[in-house]
Amino acid sequence: MHALCSVRAVEDALEIEIPNNARILRNLIEAIQYVQDHVIHFYHLHALDWVDVVSALDADPAATSKLAQSTSDWGKSSASYFKGVKEKLGSYVSSGQLGPFANAYWGHSAYKLPPEANLMAVAHYLEALDWQRVVIRAHALLGSKNPHLQTYLVGGMAAPIDPNSQWAINADTIAQLKGMFATAKEFVEKVYLPDVLAVAPFYLEWAGIGGGLGNFLSYGDYPDASGEFFLPQGYILGKDLSTVHTVDHQDIVEHVDHSWYESDNGNGKGLHPWKGETKPKYTGPKPPYEFLNTDEKYTWMKAPRLSDQAMEVGPLARMLVAYASGHEDVQATVNTVLGALGVGPEVLFSTLGRTAARCVETVIMAQKLDEWTNELAASMGSGDLDIHEWSGWEPENWPAEAFGWGYTEAPRGALGHWIHIKDQKIHNYQCVVPSTWNSSPRDASGAPGAYESALIGTPIADPEMPLEVLRTIHSFDPCMACGVHLLDAKGRQINQVIMKPTSSYIGPLQTLRSRGG
Amino acid sequence: MEEQRNIKTLILGVGNLLLSDEGVGVRVIERLQAEYDLPEQVQVLDGGTLGLDLLYYLEGIENLLIIDAIEMDAEPGELLRMEGEEVPSFLSMKMSPHQIGIPDMLFAAKLRDLYPPNVVLWGVQPADLDVSMDLSPLIQAKVDVLVGKTLAELDTWGHQAHPKS
Repeated sequence: MHALCSVRAVEDALEIEIPNNARILRNLIEAIQYVQDHVIHFYHLHALDWVDVVSALDADPAATSKLAQSTSDWGKSSASYFKGVKEKLGSYVSSGQLGPFANAYWGHSAYKLPPEANLMAVAHYLEALDWQRVVIRAHALLGSKNPHLQTYLVGGMAAPIDPNSQWAINADTIAQLKGMFATAKEFVEKVYLPDVLAVAPFYLEWAGIGGGLGNFLSYGDYPDASGEFFLPQGYILGKDLSTVHTVDHQDIVEHVDHSWYESDNGNGKGLHPWKGETKPKYTGPKPPYEFLNTDEKYTWMKAPRLSDQAMEVGPLARMLVAYASGHEDVQATVNTVLGALGVGPEVLFSTLGRTAARCVETVIMAQKLDEWTNELAASMGSGDLDIHEWSGWEPENWPAEAFGWGYTEAPRGALGHWIHIKDQKIHNYQCVVPSTWNSSPRDASGAPGAYESALIGTPIADPEMPLEVLRTIHSFDPCMACGVHLLDAKGRQINQVIMKPTSSYIGPLQTLRSRGG
Repeated sequence: MEEQRNIKTLILGVGNLLLSDEGVGVRVIERLQAEYDLPEQVQVLDGGTLGLDLLYYLEGIENLLIIDAIEMDAEPGELLRMEGEEVPSFLSMKMSPHQIGIPDMLFAAKLRDLYPPNVVLWGVQPADLDVSMDLSPLIQAKVDVLVGKTLAELDTWGHQAHPKS
C-alpha cells in the first residue's frame, strides 16, 4: 500500500495521468489485498478474542455439523470433518505446542459461544490458512514479485500485459486470476460472512461498547475510468449520517504536543504534512517503566487532525461514508447484515460494528474482483497494452518545485503520503498512516484519538485478563505491537497488556511497515 | 508469469532493513542473490517482516534455513545455530515483530502439515538496532560468514552453489 501511495504522491506532484490499464491493475492488486487482509485479520487476529479455542474440545462433532449446515452450504461441514479438527486440536493442546494459541485468556467469563460454535470457528481458522495461500498468489501473478511487489512505477506499472506473450500478464493469467477470485469470493460468502452472523448474536452487547469518536474519514479509492471512486471520499462528524463533509487535505495537520518529537513550528497548533517535521526526542521514563503521564508526551504516535477533529479510519469509516453517500452496494449489504441480526444502523458505532463493517466490505470487494478482471481482459482484448506514462520520467523535465499528495484507502484505513520536491530531489516527505489516526494521542487541546475514546466505559470483568480491551483495540486492526496501559480511578496502573498480534500485523515503527500502516 | 513450484530448499532471510543490524538476514539474502548461481531447486527469499504470508513458500519443501538477527544476551556478532524442534520454541521467546511472525508461520505450518522435515536457524547477535539502512561494521563483517554457513548447509542438503563469473 505504501508503494501505491508513494507513486501517487509523485504523480500528483508532477501531474502525471496513468494509463487505464495501470488504473485497473492497481485496483485489482489492492482489492485482493483487502479480501486477504480482512479474512486473515478476522480469523487469525481477531477471532480468538471471541472464540475460546480450548472450549472447542468439548464440542460434539455431530452438533457442530448441524450448526455449520444451518449457517451455510459450505462443503466442509460433516460430523467426521469436525471430529478430525477436534482430534487435531486436542493433540496440539495436549502436546503443549500452543503457538499463537498460547497467549490467550481461555476460559474467560467474557467468552459466550457454545463449544460447537467454537469448534466451527477453529475449523475455519485452519481453512483460512490454506485459503490465504491460494489467494495471495494473485499478487505474484499481478505484481511480478511476491512478497514485496515490484510492479509500481511513477506513471503506471512495470509488469507488462499482453494476451499473447508468455512473459506478460496474459490470457492464461486472466483465467488463473478468475479461478483464484472465485475461490476468494466463495470463502467470503460461505464461511466469513456466515461466521460473523453466527457469532454476533452471542455478543450483541458489544454493539453498545467501543464506539468512540463518532468521526469517520475516508479518502476514497478504487477510481473508475472517469476518476470516480468506487469507495467514496468524505467524512462524518458526531455519528451524523445525514451529512457527508468534503475532504480538503489542506485541513489536515499533525500535532506533537503529546508525542516524543521536537518541533520548531508546530507546538500547540500542528503542521500540515508538507511542512511536517519528524525530529524524534524521547523524553519519557527510562524503560521498563510502570507509568506514563498522559499530561506530558507519552507516545511515538503523532496526533493527526482534520479541521481540528480526531478521526477514526478503516473499514467502518469507509462503509459509513459510503452508506451515508447513498452507495447502493454498501447500503444493500449493510442492510442485509443488520436485518439478519435484527438491529438498526445505530449499532454500527461500536466494536461489533467495526468488525461487521470489515466483513461487509470484504463481501463487496470480493464481488468486484471478477468484474475488474473482466475489465482488464476487455482492455487487453481491444489492443490497449499501455501500462505506463513516460512523460514525467526524466527529472530534467520537472518543475523546480512541486508538491504532491498521494492517498489510498489501505485495508486498515486512510493512508496519505505528502511530498515536496525541490531541485529534482525530495525536500520533505511525510506519511500519515491509518494506525496513526486511530491510535492518535491527545492533540494540543487535549482531545483524545480513536482508540482512547473507544476504550472509555469498556466493562472489564477481570483486570488481570483484560480481554475486553483487546476486543476493541483489535477491532481497529492495529498495525503495531501495542502496549496498552490500564489505569484505575486513582491513576494507579492496574495492569499492562502487551498484545502480540499474529502474522504480519505489526511493525516496530508503523510508518515503516510494508503494507499500509 | 507464475513461478513453477519445484523447490526443495528455501533460504529465508528475515528482518527489518530500516533498523540497522535487524536486517542482517535480508542482507545475507541479497549477497547470495548477487554473487551466487544457485540450483533451481533452491529458492532464496527476502521475507522482510512478513509472517503468515510466507506460508505459501513452505509448500512441498524439504529443507528450510532461516537467517535472522537474534537477541540472545550474547556478545554482539556471536553466531548461533539451531535445528529442528528447537527453532520455533526459541524464536517464540523473542520480541521483535517478524520474530512473532516467523514462529506463527512455523506453527501454522505444523497445523497444516507443511512443516519441513529439516529446519535450521542461523542467527547473529546484533550490535546496533537504531534506525539506519546500514549494518554496523561488526555485523557487516558477519555477512560473509553467514553466507559461508549458508553454502555449507546447502552442501549438506546436496545443493552446489557456484560464484557468479
